[in-house]
Amino acid sequence: MMNAVAPTNDLAPLAAETPILEMRGISQIFPGVKALDGVSIKLYPGQVTALIGENGAGKSTLVKILTGIYRPNEGEILIDGQPIAFHSAQAAIDAGVTAIHQETVLFDELTVGENIFLGHAPRTRFGTIDWRQINSRSKALMHQLESEIDPTIRLRDLSIAQRHLVAIARALSVEARIVIMDEPTAALSRKEIDDLFRIVEGLKRQGKAILFISHKFDEVYEIAENFVVFRDGRAVGQGKLKTTPQDEIVRLMVGRDVKDVFPKAEVNIGAPVLRVENYCHPTEFRDISFELRRGEILGVYGLIGAGRSELCQSLFGITRPSAGRLTLEGQPIEIRSSSDAIRAGLVYVPEERGRHGLALPMPIFQNMSLPSLKKTSRSGFLKAANELALARKYAERLDLRAAALSVPVGTLSGGNQQKVVIGKWLATRPKVIILDEPTKGIDIGSKAAVHGFISELAAEGLSIIMVSSELPEILGMSDRVMVMREGLAAGIFERDRLSAEVLVRAATGNQ
Amino acid sequence: MNRLLKSREILLVVIIAIMVASFSTRAPGFASPGNLANIFNDTSILIILALGQMTVILTKSIDLSVAANLAFTGMAVAMTNAAYPDLPLALLIVMAIGIGAFLGAINGYLVWALQIPPIVVTLGTLTIYRGMAFVLSGGGWVNAHQMTPSFLNIPRMPVLGLPILSWIAIVIVLGAWFVLTRLPFGRAAYASGGNPTAAVYAGIDIGWTRFLAFVLSGALAGLSSYLWVSRYAVAYVDIAAGFELDTVAACVIGGISIAGGIGSVAGAVLGALFLGVIKNALPVIGISPFAQMAISGIVIVLAVVFNARAEKKAGRIILRDRAAPEVTA
Repeated sequence: MMNAVAPTNDLAPLAAETPILEMRGISQIFPGVKALDGVSIKLYPGQVTALIGENGAGKSTLVKILTGIYRPNEGEILIDGQPIAFHSAQAAIDAGVTAIHQETVLFDELTVGENIFLGHAPRTRFGTIDWRQINSRSKALMHQLESEIDPTIRLRDLSIAQRHLVAIARALSVEARIVIMDEPTAALSRKEIDDLFRIVEGLKRQGKAILFISHKFDEVYEIAENFVVFRDGRAVGQGKLKTTPQDEIVRLMVGRDVKDVFPKAEVNIGAPVLRVENYCHPTEFRDISFELRRGEILGVYGLIGAGRSELCQSLFGITRPSAGRLTLEGQPIEIRSSSDAIRAGLVYVPEERGRHGLALPMPIFQNMSLPSLKKTSRSGFLKAANELALARKYAERLDLRAAALSVPVGTLSGGNQQKVVIGKWLATRPKVIILDEPTKGIDIGSKAAVHGFISELAAEGLSIIMVSSELPEILGMSDRVMVMREGLAAGIFERDRLSAEVLVRAATGNQ
Repeated sequence: MNRLLKSREILLVVIIAIMVASFSTRAPGFASPGNLANIFNDTSILIILALGQMTVILTKSIDLSVAANLAFTGMAVAMTNAAYPDLPLALLIVMAIGIGAFLGAINGYLVWALQIPPIVVTLGTLTIYRGMAFVLSGGGWVNAHQMTPSFLNIPRMPVLGLPILSWIAIVIVLGAWFVLTRLPFGRAAYASGGNPTAAVYAGIDIGWTRFLAFVLSGALAGLSSYLWVSRYAVAYVDIAAGFELDTVAACVIGGISIAGGIGSVAGAVLGALFLGVIKNALPVIGISPFAQMAISGIVIVLAVVFNARAEKKAGRIILRDRAAPEVTA
C-alpha cells in the first residue's frame, strides 16, 4: 500500500500559543494491525480541532487512548507540558479529559440528575448521596447548556436531542478542560446542531480545548479552527482550516492511487440479474433503485449510518421493506424471510461474523452446511457424510486452515472464521451474493486473498453487491458504485467515472 | 465441542463409578447389578423429562412447567382410567402424550408468537397447570384401588431382566439422540441456541424451532405423567412438585449450557443418573433427608461453575459492532 507523505501545514500563529494537551508519537498496535502509527497532535485552549478521516483511519482508537481505555504502545501524552500516563478511564477524567460519544451510554430508567452524576455523585457528610446537590448542580449544568430540563425527570421521557444535552452535561459535570466530541451531530437535526454549536462556542469561551470528530465538512468548517486528517493510522496533515480548501482535505483523506493494487479481473458483464425498484424502509432508507448484472460487482459506499447494512438486511429478508419491488432474473419475487432469500439464490455475508454469521460452539462443517441442509439431507434425515463433503469442498477452495472440520468454529482465527462464513454462503450456490464489509478486521495479507477471491467469483458469473467503508476497496473492486447518504441513494457511478473525490463528495453531501 | 464434551461425559461416567464404588464400601450390595438396574429404573422418569428439558434449553429457553404438566396430565389420565376402566391402555398413553404435547404447545405458542421470555411463560403456566389439576380433581385423590391392574402393572413387568419402564426410558434416549443428531430440527435447535442471529440469517425459523422444542418437552411430560402415576399408584394435585428443578439440574450437571446451543443426550442422561445415584445412596448410608437436599444443591452449583469455565474457553467473539440490529433471543 502506498503512503505518500502529505504536506503538513506548520503554521506560525500556532507556535504563539501553548497547547493544553499534546500527543507525541503515539502508536497503538493490536495483533496484526497497527491502528495508530506515530501520531502527534496538539489541542489548544479555546479552540476546536476537527479530527477527520475515513472509517477505520484510527480516530476511535485515538479517542480511546485519550479517555484511558487503551494504553498506547509508544509515545507520550503531555498535559500543560507535563507528561502523564492514563492508567484507567478514571485517570483520564482526573486529568480533565472528558468525551461525548456518538452513541452515548445513558440509563433510560434513571433521572437526568442520576445520569449526570452516576459514578461521581456528590456525598453528604455521612457518606450518603447528596440529592440536593445533585439536583442543584444538574440544574446549573443544564442552564449552562441553555436548557431547563428538570433534573428529576426520567431519561426515557426525553427526546433524543434532550438526551444528548444530558450526555453533554454529564461530560461537563467533571471538571474537564479537554472535551472530545465523537460525531456528536450524527443523530441531530439541523436546528439541534445549531443549538449544539452554540454550546460548543460557549465551551470555547470558557477556554476548553475541544476535539471534534465529524464526517461532515460543512460542520467542520463552521465550528473548528484547526484540523487533523488521519489516514491508515497516521496523521497525514494538520493545520488551520481558514487557509485550507476542502479539496485539499479530501485529498489528504483519500491520499492514494489504488486502482493498480486490486486484482480486479476484466469480466464480461451479462444480463441484469437483480432489479431493485423504489425500495423503502420505515426508518432506515428510502427510494433505493438499482440494477445488478451477471458478473458485476456493485460497490455500495457511504458513511456509517447511511443505511447500507439495513438495505442489505432488507434485501435478505431480515427486515421487511415498507415499499418497493424486487425482480430476480426477470421474475418478480417477494422475500419475506431469510429462507425465502436463500431459496431464491440471494445470500448475505454479514459484517459481523461472530454475531450474525456463525454459531461458535458448533463444528465448522455444521456451520457451513446450515443454510444448505435441505440439499445435504436425504428424505428429511441429516447426512453427516454429505455435510462433510460439502464443507471439505469449500474449505479447500477457500484454503481454510483448521485442525479438523469437526472442531468448533470458535477455535478458529478471525480470517479463517470469515472463510467459513463465505464458504457457508457459497455452498448454497447463490446467484447474488451480498458482502457486507468483507475485509473488515482482517489483516492486509488476508484482505488481498479475499479480494482475489471476490474477483474470481465475479468472473464465474456471480453477481456481487459489496458494501464497504474503505474507499480503496470500493474503487479497486467495483464495476459500479452506489453511494448512500442518510438513507438515500446519492448517486450511482460507473467505473470510468470513479474517483475518491467524487465518492467522498457524494457520501458527505459536500458539493 | 466434541472433544470437550466427550471428555466431560467420560468424566461424569468416572465420577458416577467412583460414587457407586465408594457407596458400596458403606452399603454392601449397592454396586450389585440388581441394585444398579433399580437405580436406573428409579431414574427413568427423570431421564425422560431431562431430555425434553434439554431440547428446550438447547434453543436458549427453559421449561419450568414440566412437573405441573405432569401433574395435570397424570390426574386426567388417572381419572379417565378410574371412570372408564374398559378403555385400552394404549389409548390412555396416547391421550397422556397428546394432552402433554398440547400443554407444551401453549408454552411454545406464547414464547413464539408473543415473544414472552420462556422463563416467564412457563412460570405462569406452571401455576396454571397445577391449578387446572386442582380444578379437574376438586382436590381429590385417585388411589390405587380405583385404577385398573393393567394400568398399574404394565410398566413394572420385566422384559429381558428390566422393567418396561426402564425400556421406555431407553427407547426415549435413543429417540432423542436420533432427533437431535439426525433430524434438521435437532440442528435447528442447536443453531437457535448457539447463535440465534446467525440461525435467522441461515434461514432457520427460531420461533418455530422453539415451539417444537416445547411441544416435545410437553409430550415427554405427558408420557411421564402416566409412568409416574402408575409407578406411585396414586394421583393428586401435588405429585412431582418441584421436579422441574431436578430436570434442569440434570441438564446442568450433564453439561448442557443454560445459555443454549451446547449439550448432548449422553450428558443429560448421565446428569440424571448422577442425581439418581445420590438420591438412592444417601438414605442407604444414613444421611438425613435435609442434608441430602443440601448435598444435591452443592453438586448443582459445582456443576454450574464447572460449565461456566468450560464455556468461557469455547467461545470468543472476534468482532463487535453496532451497525446492524441483533435478533434477540
